[in-house]
Amino acid sequence: MRDLLTTEGLSRELLESLLDDGAEFAEVLRRPIPKVPALRGKTVATMFFEPSTRTRLSFERAARALSADILSFSPGTSSLKKGESLKDTVLTIQAMGADLMVVRHTSTGAPWRVAEWTKLPVVNGGDGAHQHPTQALLDSLTLRDRFGSLDGLRIGIVGDIRHSRVARSDIHAFATLGAVVTLVAPPTLLPPDLAGWPVEVSHDLDEVLTELDAVYLLRVQAERGGSSVFPSLPEYRQRFGMTRRRFARLKPDTAVLHPGPMIRGVEIDQEVADDPRCLVLDQVANGVAVRMAVLFQLLGGERDE
Amino acid sequence: MRAILTGEDVERALRRIAYEILEHNRGADEVVLLGIHTRGAPLAARLGTYIGEFEDAGVAVGTLDIGLYRDDLDQRPTTPLGPTELPGPIDDRTVVLVDDVLFTGRTIRAALDALADIGRARRVQLAVLVDRGHRELPIRPDYVGKNMPTSLAERVMVKIDEVDGAEGVWIADRPGAGTEGEGR
Repeated sequence: MRDLLTTEGLSRELLESLLDDGAEFAEVLRRPIPKVPALRGKTVATMFFEPSTRTRLSFERAARALSADILSFSPGTSSLKKGESLKDTVLTIQAMGADLMVVRHTSTGAPWRVAEWTKLPVVNGGDGAHQHPTQALLDSLTLRDRFGSLDGLRIGIVGDIRHSRVARSDIHAFATLGAVVTLVAPPTLLPPDLAGWPVEVSHDLDEVLTELDAVYLLRVQAERGGSSVFPSLPEYRQRFGMTRRRFARLKPDTAVLHPGPMIRGVEIDQEVADDPRCLVLDQVANGVAVRMAVLFQLLGGERDE
Repeated sequence: MRAILTGEDVERALRRIAYEILEHNRGADEVVLLGIHTRGAPLAARLGTYIGEFEDAGVAVGTLDIGLYRDDLDQRPTTPLGPTELPGPIDDRTVVLVDDVLFTGRTIRAALDALADIGRARRVQLAVLVDRGHRELPIRPDYVGKNMPTSLAERVMVKIDEVDGAEGVWIADRPGAGTEGEGR
């Protein structure tokens, strides 16, 4: 693996090796001194051309826990405002001595362009509504921790699939790891073309609710036009929200996941968000661990095995 | 390829080391055996079993992976991480590190760094099945199954039932196929 840009096409073997390492890094993070010297002397550049708090913090926490240094770049305070091109920015950060770039960008495909310009490994930290591979890894690890394996697991991804890079990344990772994925959304929140996606589709959450082992709730993304294709937030909640009533109908061990930030009262009810079967905080903790695994594998060179 | 230790020899050496650990530490109450991933882990488990038999009391056994503490990450590919499982805090205990082959000493250096991040052991001792010499660091073992003078041109191969499905120690001329004990 030279870069991590997408989960589409990743082998099951590679996904599982990242999850295996991620599980060991989760153990490292629980130690009294949650830090190892593995990437001492390496520099990770976090280049977030789209605002982000949790993903950036998570990558930076992962880099620090591996003893790497961080070059942090945000467009608000940079020469981008003065008109510098993306390519020049990339080459500048490379010339400063970065060893790996984490790139988030509002435009689909931007991390691929960056990977063409630089000789460094590139990790896609989220591009437009396209891909967010480390999110898929942390979701997969959380589900594997909870259920032992994703094989045969029935996972429903609910909500704004159309604008969701999380959904696009999760679908491929979950399916490769053996899960059966059902997309649950109104037609307006589904992509126009689902050809080639390893999924089933339902427009009615109540219909599939009791079959699911895990319900993955997506955020209604107002900033990507998500609310304009739906009449109102109360109506969204009524049809696709994980209300208290729906939660009570789930199988007793069904887990609820959400990529955050949660909008309580829209896609998830207050009581559900605070229930132990809602794994949001496990997802956040595993996010640091899988990002450590990604940085470690990309900066540690090719593996023999 | 020359056979140096048979499976039975390995067993005898481990039993002796178990007795030596008990003698040296006056029992095993304060002892934690930590096997270094991969082949040190089953060796530590077996030492633990013997000590349990001899003393009629259990001894704490765990495993340690040192992949994140290597000093040659730039020169060699990363390998899948192994588990680090501690039986409890190591603070103020006597930790006995267990590995299959002692060679340059760099693995043990890494293990000592890992231990320092985990807690503050009162003492750290080292048990190895084979000491093949050629140290590059000031590190020495406390318990040795077999001292085995080698040339740098030779390879030491250790197989342990739990990992390799066969058991014994061999010497071969480089290069060759097969698993190698501490190669760095």
